[in-house]
Amino acid sequence: MSKANRFVGSPVERLEDLRLLRGRGRFVDDLTAEGVLNAVILRSPVAHGIIKGIDTSAALAIPGVVAVLTAEEIGRPVPTIPIRLFASKLTEPLEQPCIADRKVRYVGEPVVLVIAESQAIAEDACDAVVLDIETLPPVVTREAAEKGQSLLFDELGTNRCARFTAIKGDADDAFRNAAYRRRERFGVHRHTAVFMEGRGLLAEWFEEEGKLVVQGGAKVPFATRKALSKQMNLPEDKIEVHEADTGGGFGSRGEFYPEDFLIPFAARYVGKPIKWVEDRREHLACSNHSRETEVEAEIACDKNGMVLGLRGTAFVDSGAYVRTNGLINPRNVSQFMSGPYHVPNINIVTDFYLSNKGPVGTYRGPGRYETDYVRERLFDMAANDLGIDRVEFRRRNLVREDQMPYQLPQIVETKSGDELDSGNYEVTLDQCLAEFKWAEKVEKYDGKLIDGRYHGLGLHCFIEGGAAGPKENARLVLEKSGNVSVYVGSSQVGQGVVTVLTQIAADALEMPMDKIAIFHGSTTGTKEGFGSFHSRSTVMGGSAIVVAAASLQKLMREAAGRRFNCAPGEVTLEDGKAQGPGGKSLTFAELAEEDISIEESFFNHKHTWAYGTHATHIAVDPQTGQVEVLEYVAVEDVGRMVNPLTLGGQAVGAIVQGLGGTFLEHLIYDGEGQLLTGTFADYLLPTAGDFPRIRAIMTGNYPSPINPLGVKGAGEGGIIPVGGIMANAIASALRSFNVQPLELPLSPPRIWKLIDDARPAEAAE
Amino acid sequence: MKLPPFEYACPATLDEAIALLASRDGDAKAISGGQSLMPILAFRLASPSLLVDLKKLKGLDQIKIDASGITLGAKVSWRQIEDDKRLATAHPLLQEMISHVAHYQIRNRGTVGGSIAHADPAAEMPGFSVTCDAKIVVKGSSGERIIPAGEFFEGPLMTVLEADELITEIRLPPWPAARRWGMLEFARRRGDFAMGGVAVFYDLDAQGRAVDAHVGVIGAGSIPHRVPGAEAAINGTTVDETAILAAAKAAAAGVEPLTDIHASAAYRRNLISVLLERALRAAVAR
Ligand SMILES: Cc1cc2nc3c(=O)[nH]c(=O)nc-3n(C[C@H](O)[C@H](O)[C@H](O)COP(=O)(O)OP(=O)(O)OC[C@H]3O[C@@H](n4cnc5c(N)ncnc54)[C@H](O)[C@@H]3O)c2cc1C
Repeated sequence: MSKANRFVGSPVERLEDLRLLRGRGRFVDDLTAEGVLNAVILRSPVAHGIIKGIDTSAALAIPGVVAVLTAEEIGRPVPTIPIRLFASKLTEPLEQPCIADRKVRYVGEPVVLVIAESQAIAEDACDAVVLDIETLPPVVTREAAEKGQSLLFDELGTNRCARFTAIKGDADDAFRNAAYRRRERFGVHRHTAVFMEGRGLLAEWFEEEGKLVVQGGAKVPFATRKALSKQMNLPEDKIEVHEADTGGGFGSRGEFYPEDFLIPFAARYVGKPIKWVEDRREHLACSNHSRETEVEAEIACDKNGMVLGLRGTAFVDSGAYVRTNGLINPRNVSQFMSGPYHVPNINIVTDFYLSNKGPVGTYRGPGRYETDYVRERLFDMAANDLGIDRVEFRRRNLVREDQMPYQLPQIVETKSGDELDSGNYEVTLDQCLAEFKWAEKVEKYDGKLIDGRYHGLGLHCFIEGGAAGPKENARLVLEKSGNVSVYVGSSQVGQGVVTVLTQIAADALEMPMDKIAIFHGSTTGTKEGFGSFHSRSTVMGGSAIVVAAASLQKLMREAAGRRFNCAPGEVTLEDGKAQGPGGKSLTFAELAEEDISIEESFFNHKHTWAYGTHATHIAVDPQTGQVEVLEYVAVEDVGRMVNPLTLGGQAVGAIVQGLGGTFLEHLIYDGEGQLLTGTFADYLLPTAGDFPRIRAIMTGNYPSPINPLGVKGAGEGGIIPVGGIMANAIASALRSFNVQPLELPLSPPRIWKLIDDARPAEAAE
Repeated sequence: MKLPPFEYACPATLDEAIALLASRDGDAKAISGGQSLMPILAFRLASPSLLVDLKKLKGLDQIKIDASGITLGAKVSWRQIEDDKRLATAHPLLQEMISHVAHYQIRNRGTVGGSIAHADPAAEMPGFSVTCDAKIVVKGSSGERIIPAGEFFEGPLMTVLEADELITEIRLPPWPAARRWGMLEFARRRGDFAMGGVAVFYDLDAQGRAVDAHVGVIGAGSIPHRVPGAEAAINGTTVDETAILAAAKAAAAGVEPLTDIHASAAYRRNLISVLLERALRAAVAR
């Protein structure tokens, strides 16, 4: 039976926007409850130390203060934040206690929770708490982490908390015999996701029912419920977790944080609803950080520029604890070094080290932004050294369609591999070159001094993974109105999930979009759910809907068959009516007199791989080091496109976010482990006017074979190439100085210094 | 990030305001546009026991222009300066400098007096006042003082202002129509505080030679200041390429910038030099 395909693939405007633009959104700070109290957290002012004493008496004496909680009141052992992905016996002791007990390990770690009648009173109370902390030598740098003279966890005996080794072929052998090799050291700086509004929670405890209701998180409500159930010793069915509207998640929002336990715990403890919303300083110090990575990488090629191998070692900074998804970063750094290219021999060892800085987690394109930066830089250097055009170099090495599915390296420690699913990478490369007018622009601008600025071009091929398993659920209900309600385990993190899933459901059910309502991000909607991460909502949530839609239609035909006295196969469902032989007809509303609903799961253990090419034209002011992005074109194939508008928007947003990370954003710590960039005056985010000339062209030419829709996870990945492409474009612009940017961010002082150091001594003075 | 507790007063006269400030032994603060003070309070970097709001004080929000020069009331906002059409000829440098201050909303509220009292070394208005020989009029319990801008700033966020003194106005000498000028600053994003900024002006004598050159810098040390070495390199020249490069070099030598997380001292020194070079080219072309 062929399905009408009216909505999937169409530029349907976001269904979310009308409500949001009219100010009818409900973001976390809009949530409130009768008799709500405010929580404020007193956080460690030192990076590393032993808690000798906490005097809360003066705080408790302030009128309006309801409770002041420390590890003492919460009870030992203090619950820890479970590691959601790649947990092992080794990392279990490194989980973060939800409130500091005995030791503090980073500036910003929760030490005291104050509950008061207003936030201002709670802040006054925090000021009145006296902390006695004996400081220990802080571990801030890579050197100190590796040396291990000061340890975050004495019982571990080292600061190294994990290792991920990616192996394919025999790298050492390949390097021994290679005609060309080059080794470089690259650095990516610590930065992270910042959303439109802070994280926050509203927790309510209902004593009679013994029930907890938590609102405000997003992303993985079922995982949050599971963790809370254990920590608070409550059955899962006594906990509801609902998301609020969000201004972005980017991997960081909605993971389990200390507050996700502290606020619900306090709600039960004082028997009142409690609200907590972080401020920006807390966000910058305490939400998951990401990206801090150093890689020593080496490339081997034959003389024709065929890549023979990649090998190297990497250091990834974990911060003070191993958080929910922090292990993804080092794993991805190892696993995805080869990107969209055929690299027969790989050996990358990535070590994950603890430090007295904010704990890390994933940030849009985790590990991939970092490795792509390293790989594409090496590719440009190798192409240049070998006298091969950089486009040609990439073209020669891209994985070909006839090599699909293509094996990525194995991760030794987790014994896990991965494979690229489908696509023709070269077609996308060519489309990007054509859209950008690459050849013409190389001729005109590349490496040239024009208007006092050096112009340069950059090019970058990448893949983005999506569709993390193991499964996703969808529950479909034929409502009495004849409309269908769709409950999904996916979450809304600003990515337009309602729009996209409505399109998919409408096509799958052959119904108009306005007859379908999507409900998401609540533990009450489906039995189980896995949330939104790893670009999985469209693939996993969408496929679950497709599976459930087929089942719902089957149920509807069976129900109609019973009423019409015919076989289900004789029933057609069309235009809101079930029709049977002899002109018998029932509207869906009439059909719904009988309860018709179904919950189905879509299972999947493979990943989808969207892929593409970015190209850019930049200009460098050699006297100030300022870089202007003059043009940026992204072309990406996503298997099958559900909505070019939302997807294109996501791609452009991702690129701007990447430009922010590449040029502006930097979480800087001093030698004592104090965060120096705790405000938006110092942590610089891109603003609307900073990077205006970006185009994203999305295609859906090579469907994924691993799901019924043929879609691939996408929208996350525009960020992946940005560091690499910008550094390459700058190197190309500054070729007459023969300089290589190796460290991010590409700040004006850093670019200026590269140039200044390269100038002849007398000119520089 | 909620404000610490404080009392609030909104006096109707200058004398009352001064009396209120004097009543707390240094623990009262004036609030004008609030665009610097409010963040300081929210971060609890200061917790004065009393805030004295200047909003009801009359007569401090005027821009007066006459033959003796220009007078800016302490409560004149950035927006007023931007929108005042007379200033395009009466003092083009003022409008150019203020166009670099912050963002739309902040420009609607931030004031001349607040900025000068706040004394951020990278702020435009303090730098402008020093460059343009402004006189700062202040009034306190012990009467009125008129302080040359060059003597007003003592360090980052530090001035000669007493706790019970308020700035009432800023007086600027007249601006000759034929004056040559240039102003440039460099910030990571538009509206950010400058990593460095330069303002320059000079007049031409009958022979076409520069006289009375003024070069002022912001973000290049602990206070905004003039750079006499660079001024000397301009005075008496026709501001040709040689003079421009000499002035730029003198500017690099004439500043003592600091290293911070955003840039090294070496970078800022270079920046000031580059900005002066470019500002002078703009001045010549004007
Ligand atoms: C995001 C942001 C970006 C900014 N960017 C810039 C920028 O690029 N350049 C720039 O110059 N500024 C910038 N500012 C600061 C802004 O211009 C402020 O408005 C200004 O510095 C202070 O003026 P105000 O009227 O707001 O003063 P307030 O914040 O009200 O007061 C500041 C200080 O001055 C004192 N004060 C106020 N009025 C008087 C008076 N009449 N006499 C004596 N003392 C007084 C107060 O007691 C206080 O100590 C920025 C501010 C923000 C929030």
